[in-house]
Amino acid sequence: MAQENKNGLEVIPRDSAKIKKIWMTALILLVVTAVEFLLAFTMERGMFLYIIFIVLTIVKAKYIMMEFMHLGDEVKPLFYSIIVPLIFLIWLIIALFKEGSDIFLMRW
Amino acid sequence: MSSTAIEIQSKRGVWGGGNEPLKASYGKLMMWFFLLSDIFTFTAFLITYGAIRVSYPAYGGEAADFVSSNEYWPIPEMIFDAVPLVHGGHFPLVFVGLMTFILILSSVTMVLAVEAGHRNDKKDVVKWMLWTLLGGITFLSCQAWEWTHFIHGTDEGAMLTYVNSLGNVVSETVYGANLIVNEYGPAPFAQLFFFITGFHGFHVTIGVFLLFLAFYQAAVGVYENRGHYEMIEKIGLYWHFVDLVWVFVFTFFYLI
Repeated sequence: MAQENKNGLEVIPRDSAKIKKIWMTALILLVVTAVEFLLAFTMERGMFLYIIFIVLTIVKAKYIMMEFMHLGDEVKPLFYSIIVPLIFLIWLIIALFKEGSDIFLMRW
Repeated sequence: MSSTAIEIQSKRGVWGGGNEPLKASYGKLMMWFFLLSDIFTFTAFLITYGAIRVSYPAYGGEAADFVSSNEYWPIPEMIFDAVPLVHGGHFPLVFVGLMTFILILSSVTMVLAVEAGHRNDKKDVVKWMLWTLLGGITFLSCQAWEWTHFIHGTDEGAMLTYVNSLGNVVSETVYGANLIVNEYGPAPFAQLFFFITGFHGFHVTIGVFLLFLAFYQAAVGVYENRGHYEMIEKIGLYWHFVDLVWVFVFTFFYLI
C-alpha cells in the first residue's frame, strides 16, 4: 500500500521481483568466489588455472558493474565513455609485462 | 532531473544544449568519471605487481614443501594462511576469503539501500545503510588484523641474507615484514602488499565515513526534505567500486 510521509514524498511499496534479482546476483558472486577458492586448492598452479581465475574475475566485475552499479541501465554514450577508455589498460599490461620479463632476463 | 520541461528544437540536436544527453545528474556523472580515474590508479598498481613479479624467479618446487626466501617470489596461499585466535595454524586463504564474503555482502546491502531510496522508503534506507556500515567496519577490522599479523610475522621467521638500511649485507633470522626486508619473499612483495591493500583500505576508510554520513542524513530526514535519495546512489557507486577493486586484488594478490 502506497503511503505518504509528512513532506508529501510518496513511499512506493517493495517490488519483490527486483529485490529477488539483487539477492540472485549476490548468490552468483558468492558462488563464483567459492569456486575460485576451491580451484585454488584442487588444481595444479599454472597458466591454465590463472586464465580461469582471470575469466571468473571478469565475470564478477561484469555483475558488479552491470547489476549493482546499474551501468547497463545508463544511456549508451555514458556506458561507452566509461568502458572505452579501459582499452588503454591493454597497452599498459603488454608494456609492463614485457618490461618485467626483460628485467628478469637481465638480472638472473 | 530537471523539473522544467524544455522544448527541444530538432535542429539543435542532442548535444545542442537544453537537455541532458547522458540522462544523469552532474553528481552521478562526476562520480563515474572519478571512478574511471580510480580504475586506472588501481590497475596501475596491480599491473605493476604483475610486472615486478615476473621480474623475479618463481618458486620451482611443490607447493606443499614451500619455504619462503627472498630469492624467489612466494606462493600467496602459503603466506596468507593465518586466522585470528588460532596461533600458528595453517588455513590458507580462509581469512581473506571471509573478508571477500563480508565485502560482497555489504555491497548487496548497499544496493538494497539504493533500491529503497528509489522508493523513497526512509525506514528501509536507514536499515540497509546500517548493515552496509557494519559490513564496512567489519572488513576494516579484519584488514587491521591481517596487517598486524603480516607485520609481526610467524614464530619461526626466515633465515635471510639481505642488504639492510645501512647498506651492509647481513644474514639473520627475519620476523614479519617492513619496507626493507620481509620473511615471506623479496622486498617488493611486502612493499606491494602494503601499497595495494593499503590504498584499497584507505578507500574503504573513506567509504565508511561516507556511509556514516549517508546513514545519519537519511535517518534525520535530510534526504526526505530534499525530496530524493540521490546521495545514497552516489555513495553506493563508490562503495560498489571498492568491492569491485577488492575482487581484483583478491584474484591477483591472493589467488595467483
